[in-house]
Amino acid sequence: MDIVELSRLQFAATALYHFLFVPLTLGLSILLGIMETVYVMTGKQIWRDMTKFWGTLFGINFVMGVATGITMEFQFGTNWAYYSHYVGDVFGAPLAIEGLMAFFLEATFVGIFFFGWNRMSKVGHLVITWGLALGTNLSALWILIANGWMQYPVGSSFNAQTMRMEVTNFMDVVFNPVAQAKFVHTVSAGYVVGAVFVLAISAYYLARRRHVELAKRSMTVAAAFGLAASLSVVVLGDESGYVAGQNQKMKVAAIEAMWNTEPAPASFTVFGIPDMKTHTTKAEVKVPWVLGLIATRSVDKEVPGINNLVEAAKERIKSGIVAYDALDKLKRDRTNAELRKTFDAHVADLGYGLLLKKYRPDVQNATPAEIQAAANSTVPNVPVLFWSFRFMVGLGFYFILLFALAFYLSAKRKLDSSKLFLKAAFWTLPLPWIAAELGWIVAEYGRQPWVIDGVLPTSLAVSGTVAGNVLFSLLGFVVFYSTLLVADIYLLKKYIKLGPDETLGHKVGETLVAAE
Amino acid sequence: MDYEILRLIWWALLGILLIGFAVMDGFDFGTGILLPFVGRTDIERRVVINSVGPTWEGNQVWLILGGGAIFAAWPPLYAAAFSGFYLAMFLLLSALILRPVGFKFRSKFQSSGMRSMWDWALFVGGFVPALIFGVAFGNLFVGVPYGFDSDLRFHEEITLFSLLNPFALLCGLTSVAMHVLHGSTWVSLKAADAKPGDRARAIMPWAALAFILLFVVAGVWVQNLEGYKITSALAPNGPSNPTLKTVALVTGGWLANYRAVPLLWLAPLVAVLGAVLAVLLRKKPLLAWISSALVPVGTISTAGLALFPFFLPSSSHPDQSLTVWDGSSSKLTLEIMLACVVIFLPIVLAYTGWVYRIMRGPVRAENIMSDSNANY
Repeated sequence: MDIVELSRLQFAATALYHFLFVPLTLGLSILLGIMETVYVMTGKQIWRDMTKFWGTLFGINFVMGVATGITMEFQFGTNWAYYSHYVGDVFGAPLAIEGLMAFFLEATFVGIFFFGWNRMSKVGHLVITWGLALGTNLSALWILIANGWMQYPVGSSFNAQTMRMEVTNFMDVVFNPVAQAKFVHTVSAGYVVGAVFVLAISAYYLARRRHVELAKRSMTVAAAFGLAASLSVVVLGDESGYVAGQNQKMKVAAIEAMWNTEPAPASFTVFGIPDMKTHTTKAEVKVPWVLGLIATRSVDKEVPGINNLVEAAKERIKSGIVAYDALDKLKRDRTNAELRKTFDAHVADLGYGLLLKKYRPDVQNATPAEIQAAANSTVPNVPVLFWSFRFMVGLGFYFILLFALAFYLSAKRKLDSSKLFLKAAFWTLPLPWIAAELGWIVAEYGRQPWVIDGVLPTSLAVSGTVAGNVLFSLLGFVVFYSTLLVADIYLLKKYIKLGPDETLGHKVGETLVAAE
Repeated sequence: MDYEILRLIWWALLGILLIGFAVMDGFDFGTGILLPFVGRTDIERRVVINSVGPTWEGNQVWLILGGGAIFAAWPPLYAAAFSGFYLAMFLLLSALILRPVGFKFRSKFQSSGMRSMWDWALFVGGFVPALIFGVAFGNLFVGVPYGFDSDLRFHEEITLFSLLNPFALLCGLTSVAMHVLHGSTWVSLKAADAKPGDRARAIMPWAALAFILLFVVAGVWVQNLEGYKITSALAPNGPSNPTLKTVALVTGGWLANYRAVPLLWLAPLVAVLGAVLAVLLRKKPLLAWISSALVPVGTISTAGLALFPFFLPSSSHPDQSLTVWDGSSSKLTLEIMLACVVIFLPIVLAYTGWVYRIMRGPVRAENIMSDSNANY
């Protein structure tokens, strides 16, 4: 494996690990806020116990998010040095603002959430809890603004003097429609993870008739919150599909395995076996109209197919070669107005020209075969996207059903009447994580071959370090993270089994003995 | 605002963020290093860990923010330094990852073997970053082999072993001594009426002495190192392209700024004075902690002022060394980020102060045991 593949593998591995912990933090922080608000408003001790118990599990998960998050911020520099230089002027700002505005808030308040219970007023502590929830959610906002720009690079342009992308309109970067849609979709997914977590563990208690009062109340909160969140994640996931249809036509086409443009409105493929080699899909089962409606919000606009997009990419690559050639000459002849004009006319396609770098260093002399190969390389891995997307959506609909049922049972006060429901709720526990990871794969793997859509190919973005170093760190992270994950799951299981009474030290004598 | 002024402000802000990190997270690192030595029984160690328990997470954000600020304000520096020091960064990250889990998990395991293992993990989580940050600073003075091609793609020939040169190691040890001192004043403050506090007070003079000796030796050594000097016309408003200037090497050149502006000698003076005062005031723990906080303030200022306007001198392509004038973000990005700092940093300082006020007072064994599962 070369350095590009190793670096990508390391980024995917560390990001997927990090994303095991972040969604639960997002969802559970809000649930803690809700529970503690009920406590402050009603004064009932059980709601304080609920906040503290779920808070303990929150804390074990939170530190793993922090630990794996440090790597994420440093990794852009260590493994993606050319990326950092090329887009740091735009991409670095939201990351820094995230630290300043969000992570500081969440990290400063999280300690007081645990240690401040007896040191401050009820309302004071509630402010801390909601501050913590606000911090985690703002954190997601700024990270997704940065990520949204990778999917849809607005508000910026290439500067030939500094050889990089620079901000031209920061408000466009912040209010990027892709970033906004992704933010809502991603935090909603996090809320589903949090709600399923509380629902599943409460179901485990109810099935064993343990901690019934706490479990029932927790389940009621999780059911209502989860129903709203799972509806939002699907409805606003659709929004994100619509936005992607506007900007990342290739990603939508790949998700649908739609090789050729169909007459509008396009049909949606429910099942099929896409083949990358022949650009065909076997055993297709299609539902007419649906894709056209989702992707264009109309019945008369076409959704372009993969082959048509490859042809369009070929034209852009040819234009990109002109841009690259002019830029190359500009380096030696910085004041030449003629070159400057040519460059400015083609700069929008410079990124497409850079796709050829994979095939030869002197982009200007690319052969037609190389141009064709570069155009073909703009197609992401269709089968992976096709199936990841379908499993994710299927899970999304399942969560709506589960939460609707939970909501109905809690309204009827029959949460503990159905053994089958409790079992189903418990075994749902791993599913929202799978859905969240699949979502990451669709969004980021579907962005390939670009690291910044249409601007910078992933293969160019890596550092100049040697592949052996990356292999070493990749193995190191995997071993290290897996060990920590084992400890994390062990502790979560231990505290879930102990249950709220012992976790909160209500049986003081026992806990003291246990701690000796 | 002028591009030149903005770059100067961001150079200063980077220094302030690094100082904020060294002051706030520095005593956490020092406490981690001291943990196995000032705490002998399980409960003593829990007192030490809980002395930083409620606040270390917020403190660590100074590092995250420092990293983010370098990315946003000095992208070529972020790219070059982080990828150039690849394996050192991996070691640093591994050590930093041990800390969050170490603090949270340690006392949630019941076996004494597991707890002892996590104690050493916390020691590593304090010692390794303290050492690596010092070694990194040392290498800024020695220079590291790197350069850029015409696409401004960064190339380096840096190995982990080339980073471990004698001067850099000396700076690493200086940094460790500084962190131990700063940690000892913190433990002395928060474990005031427990044994770890007494032991920390006993270590304090030795840490201060070690710091002063190492710091002075480094200062003398620097006179024999080759300093860097820009020889082409300065372009403080020019584009951020590090390939457009020429640089010469001058023995003792890192003291040129001090020769030009003698007032700068205040910076090393503050560092040494802080260490002396911490020891003299050790019976007054809060004042001693404030004094030991002056040590990183003085030390980082000393280094930054000597290197100015250089960030990361290149030993193989000195002309391409990254400086304040040719390694920044665009003017617009610097302006936006400055506005964010002006608005949010005071807010951060305000709630950090509030949180420290809530958690004020010493940590006691009986408080930890009364809520054993919740405490670290």
